[in-house]
Amino acid sequence: MSKRLAASFAKAKQENRGILGIFVSAGDPDTNTSIKILDGLVESGVDMIELGMPFSDPMADGPAIQAASLRAIKSGMTLRGSLEIASQFRKKHADTPLILMGYYNPIYRYGVELFLKDAQAAGADGLIIVDLPPEEDVELCNPSQNSELDFIRLITPTTLGDRLPHVLEKASGFIYYVSIAGITGTKSAQMESISSAVNRIKQVSDLPVVTGFGIRTAEQAAHIASLGDGAIVGSAVVEIIAESDTQNLSAEDTARKVSDFTKLLADAISAHKPE
Amino acid sequence: MNETQLNSFKTMPDENGRFGIHGGRFVAETLMPLILQVEAAYNEAKTDPDFNAELLYFQKHYVGRPSPLYFAERLTEHYGGAKLYLKRDELNHTGAHKINNVLGQALLAKKMGKTKIIAETGAGQHGVATATACALFNLECEVFMGAEDVKRQKPNVDRMRLLGATVHPVTSGTSTLKDAMNEALRYWVAHPDTHFYIIGTVAGPHPYPEMVRNFQSVIGTEAKEQLFEAEGRLPDALIACIGGGSNALGLFHPFLDDTDVTIYGVEAAGLGIDSGMHAASLTGGTPGVLHGNRTYLLQNDDGQIIDAHSISAGLDYPGIGPEHSWLHDIGRVHYVSATDEEALVQFQLCSRLEGIIPALEPSHALAFAAKQLPLMDKEQIVILNMCGRGDKDLEAVLPKLDERGLL
Repeated sequence: MSKRLAASFAKAKQENRGILGIFVSAGDPDTNTSIKILDGLVESGVDMIELGMPFSDPMADGPAIQAASLRAIKSGMTLRGSLEIASQFRKKHADTPLILMGYYNPIYRYGVELFLKDAQAAGADGLIIVDLPPEEDVELCNPSQNSELDFIRLITPTTLGDRLPHVLEKASGFIYYVSIAGITGTKSAQMESISSAVNRIKQVSDLPVVTGFGIRTAEQAAHIASLGDGAIVGSAVVEIIAESDTQNLSAEDTARKVSDFTKLLADAISAHKPE
Repeated sequence: MNETQLNSFKTMPDENGRFGIHGGRFVAETLMPLILQVEAAYNEAKTDPDFNAELLYFQKHYVGRPSPLYFAERLTEHYGGAKLYLKRDELNHTGAHKINNVLGQALLAKKMGKTKIIAETGAGQHGVATATACALFNLECEVFMGAEDVKRQKPNVDRMRLLGATVHPVTSGTSTLKDAMNEALRYWVAHPDTHFYIIGTVAGPHPYPEMVRNFQSVIGTEAKEQLFEAEGRLPDALIACIGGGSNALGLFHPFLDDTDVTIYGVEAAGLGIDSGMHAASLTGGTPGVLHGNRTYLLQNDDGQIIDAHSISAGLDYPGIGPEHSWLHDIGRVHYVSATDEEALVQFQLCSRLEGIIPALEPSHALAFAAKQLPLMDKEQIVILNMCGRGDKDLEAVLPKLDERGLL
């Protein structure tokens, strides 16, 4: 596990809480605002950033994150630009883990070896590449084993059976539990089902389990984070950026609106004690 | 590769669904268990005599197979070269080759105990074929179609609704066929237990490219037999149009090891390859990963997908089936292209000379035939896949023919 991730999970454990991860798309709605949003996230108490590298055809994402991707691409964001944003972030924030999330095609075009090199140089800690299941490990997962980057696996409700050990085999960093059968930002999961899924994963893996997809409120985030090792919120944050963009808010105001919300999430997670 | 494989072009894909570097299973984890189930069920079905007997029954009595192989005497005379035979898949029930594949997958879905079907459609031909099979087999049908196409292809939307399907207009991304496919995949992810996704072309994650090819190969298998009956020999060349490439692979695949047969796939050049407004993934694209497979794609330097352009909605797709990409890489099939303008001319010509109104898609194949046949000897024989009829295109085409003085 990357040092930054390990330190984040250790710190949260010491405070008897789960971690809060926040997804935003790099360059949404533009580079300048995006950088200010990231700064605001750290100030508001977010433990981990999941930075989306925009793709025109995000197959596993719902309307909010699709729109975020398209806004970023429209403003000129590229994979190279996403890595530059990561790099600027790292210069200012030495400790916050940064996970790059995206789809394989832009990486394939960029070149796998070059991407791994540049992502490490930018200060990224891990990768979540949605359309690379274990069956395609030869593409990026295997080459990444020689790097410092964690290769984070998604586990879904459909994966919990016989397939689970196979999917976890090369997992590192943490396990991302996708709490619903579906795409990002649509429906919300039942707490009981998340709890039993997290327990099932923990029987097979020693890695922390962080839950995401469909978490919209501070209460949900706090409850779900306490069921495992953390919670990731994406669509609900991205929707604030979309609204600010529609209202033509300044970069500062947009970043403040986002961090006001993520502070609520962080505070709720800190206040929530396991039952 | 071992020696047997080197001696055949028909052994692909490998167990990982690869055709050379192309193909594969590039899908989100949520979908993986689903496509593994489809693969297991298909592997069982393809050697199951009952399954194949049932498919054969419906192909014959419902679709009307075999479709004729027709010597197009007047077009042959007009082009002034090789003899042109048309494989008449436009005579199938629902008016195109799409039904060949849909019946196979719908029977497979039934066998798997699925009660609901998802499909994507561009022009609506695959959507209509799927809605038809769902009516026949009493399955619920949900069709995803770009919002722009819903407006442009109203007759097909009406047909699907009459057949009992629900049509979902897709407004995400650029509201085109690629987005309809994204949306269908997203919907499938959210409904894994009850739904089966019937993909309409030889693309998508393994096993779809192989499965769709095999269901469409009835075209080439019949054509080979029919030409032996008519001429006592193999053809010298095959021609078919390519969007995703299912009609083409259906015709080509049974002939791949007959290396004396020259094979041409015709992509849509839209306003011309140099204009950038085209749908020719092989001629004007680069390898990439989209919709579950690696294949040639229209994309920019950053790996973002670029919209395709073609007058034919059925060819208007920024990718191509991975087996075509492999056949292109190894040089077994020659991929060429035809423009909107060239296709329009043939649309009218074929109607006037043969009394066959071709769809815009095979009009692209005819456009290449018009150039290639005159270069060949009169004793030579070419089979062209007439994969769909043009009734659906009249609204779009007639004003354009009028403008050009072709009506």
